[in-house]
Amino acid sequence: MISQSITATAIVLAKSAPRRRHRLPVTTTVGVALLALLILAAIAAPLLSGHNPETVETARVMGAPNALHPFGSDVLGRDVLSRVLFGLRVSLLVALSSVAVATLIAVPLGLIAGYFGGWLDSLISRSLDMLLVLPALLLAITLIAIVGPGSTVAALAIAIIYLPILARVMRTSTLVVSRQEYVLGSRSRGASAWRILSSHVAPNAIGPVIVQASVLSGFALQLEAALSFLGLGTQPPTPSLGGMLADGRDVLTQAPWVEIYPGLAIALAVVAFSLLGDGLRRALDPTGVAS
Amino acid sequence: MTASLALDGLSVGFPTGALGDPRIVSAVDGVSFTVASGEIFGLVGESGCGKSTLANAIMGLLPTSTIITGSARVHDAEVIGLSDAALRQMRGNTAAMVFQDASTSLDPTWPVGDQIAETIRAHQSVTRSEAKEKALALMTEVGLTDPSERYGDAPHRLSGGMRQRIVIAAALANNPKLLIADEPTTALDVTLQAQILQLIDRLRVAHNTAVLLITHDLGVIAQVCDRVGVMYAGQLVEVAPVAELFANPRHPYTRALLAARPGAQSGAERLAVIPGQVPDLSEEIAGCRFASRCPRRIDACAVTPARVSLGDSEVACWNLPTGGTE
Repeated sequence: MISQSITATAIVLAKSAPRRRHRLPVTTTVGVALLALLILAAIAAPLLSGHNPETVETARVMGAPNALHPFGSDVLGRDVLSRVLFGLRVSLLVALSSVAVATLIAVPLGLIAGYFGGWLDSLISRSLDMLLVLPALLLAITLIAIVGPGSTVAALAIAIIYLPILARVMRTSTLVVSRQEYVLGSRSRGASAWRILSSHVAPNAIGPVIVQASVLSGFALQLEAALSFLGLGTQPPTPSLGGMLADGRDVLTQAPWVEIYPGLAIALAVVAFSLLGDGLRRALDPTGVAS
Repeated sequence: MTASLALDGLSVGFPTGALGDPRIVSAVDGVSFTVASGEIFGLVGESGCGKSTLANAIMGLLPTSTIITGSARVHDAEVIGLSDAALRQMRGNTAAMVFQDASTSLDPTWPVGDQIAETIRAHQSVTRSEAKEKALALMTEVGLTDPSERYGDAPHRLSGGMRQRIVIAAALANNPKLLIADEPTTALDVTLQAQILQLIDRLRVAHNTAVLLITHDLGVIAQVCDRVGVMYAGQLVEVAPVAELFANPRHPYTRALLAARPGAQSGAERLAVIPGQVPDLSEEIAGCRFASRCPRRIDACAVTPARVSLGDSEVACWNLPTGGTE
């Protein structure tokens, strides 16, 4: 199975290779580089920061950026750079894990709904539609009100919000692929439904879901920041980008660096994810003419 | 000799129409014929006459809402009404199918060799490497040069003719008793068409496989078939040995079809056409479905004509012309 999918991926890559003659657009390269940089920075946070993000230094309250503290210090004298780096860690972790969980559940659901159709499709699609009618933030806040705040709950809430969107994309894409002659051909040679789904339909239908997931990762990061800003996501003293925005709001005029740097980190991450999504869309587009 | 395929009164209806006005499109209506093992039987008719529906009904590939009546026996086993599991046992094993367009009937993300091996592993308990061995042997048999080179290629790296050879190899992987080829050469140019037909013919002889060759191309029928069935609007109107059909067409529709071939009438500037159009199959049609367009229509045509034997031919018509072509 695994070697199969590796070969399949290799073939897809080989197939798109000639198209690469046009080169990937600069924006995609920038997006990938930016995202790689942010992830690396988040992973290497303890090495890069040089300060404990939770250490309070009363002498440095709202201290301006200097050589030792390049991003300055916040209202409690904590180093903003290390807080941004550690906050990025939490934010990326929540964003990526929530979208990953949503994708893992959405793909089989969409696959089953799209391939088998009938009452199974109605059951799955209508249930997901019920989630879709609720406003995203309200759904998250309700869940957190029930379970209690924290980054794990925030991640779970975000996963539930994006689950129906991803499942819909998978369902639509499955509908298209199921009607391809090679699926009929595989049936005509005696393949089982499970085999057709796992080996022929899923690999050919997953492309749009990957694109959607990468774009949603950006939004998930934003949503996590929003929840933390409201005090519902990551709880202090653990640094989080949204929480830092909330801290810096009151001292915006006296110490703008407390607000600017976490805001910048959020913006860069969102831009990186959407550039990546755009690039993936081009790379996976079978016609190769998407503009 | 047992027949590899025996159809008896096979009918296929698709439920359609609006709520409150349910209709059934009668796509195939009471078709009966047999194909002996090793025989190549051509099924000819215009687009929409039910040829492909017939093939899909035999393979059990139609949606579950389809209404299928009558009998279809593949190698003496009834296939209509089989369970999913039993159908899966049959597909690709006793009966296999080749589709029109090999560029769409192979999975674009899979190496072509693995798609042959998949069929082998679906029906034989062999190891991965044994399946690969067999697939390579099949690729050689269908005339692919350098099979080990080609094995790992994605379908798009192969030419149209090579792809169709892969599809045929996959279909023949388990030595089926019956091969249904649905317009196997329509997407290919004339040279390749001849090669693929020769290949199917050669494999049929080598494996004693019965072939049901579906086409709208009378030229293809003339090249390779032993016997021919002519379909019109879901009904089988004439069955005859191929030479007999071309030399001595009996049914008015067969005659009109042959007359409509380019070059059928020497000196004619315009192609002959059959006046009128195919009836709406969602309407209840009493009697012969060709009657509305038939130059030899009589009152008796309001009743479905019985099939009568005339020499080696069997024809369903009340008012058969006597003697040669008109």
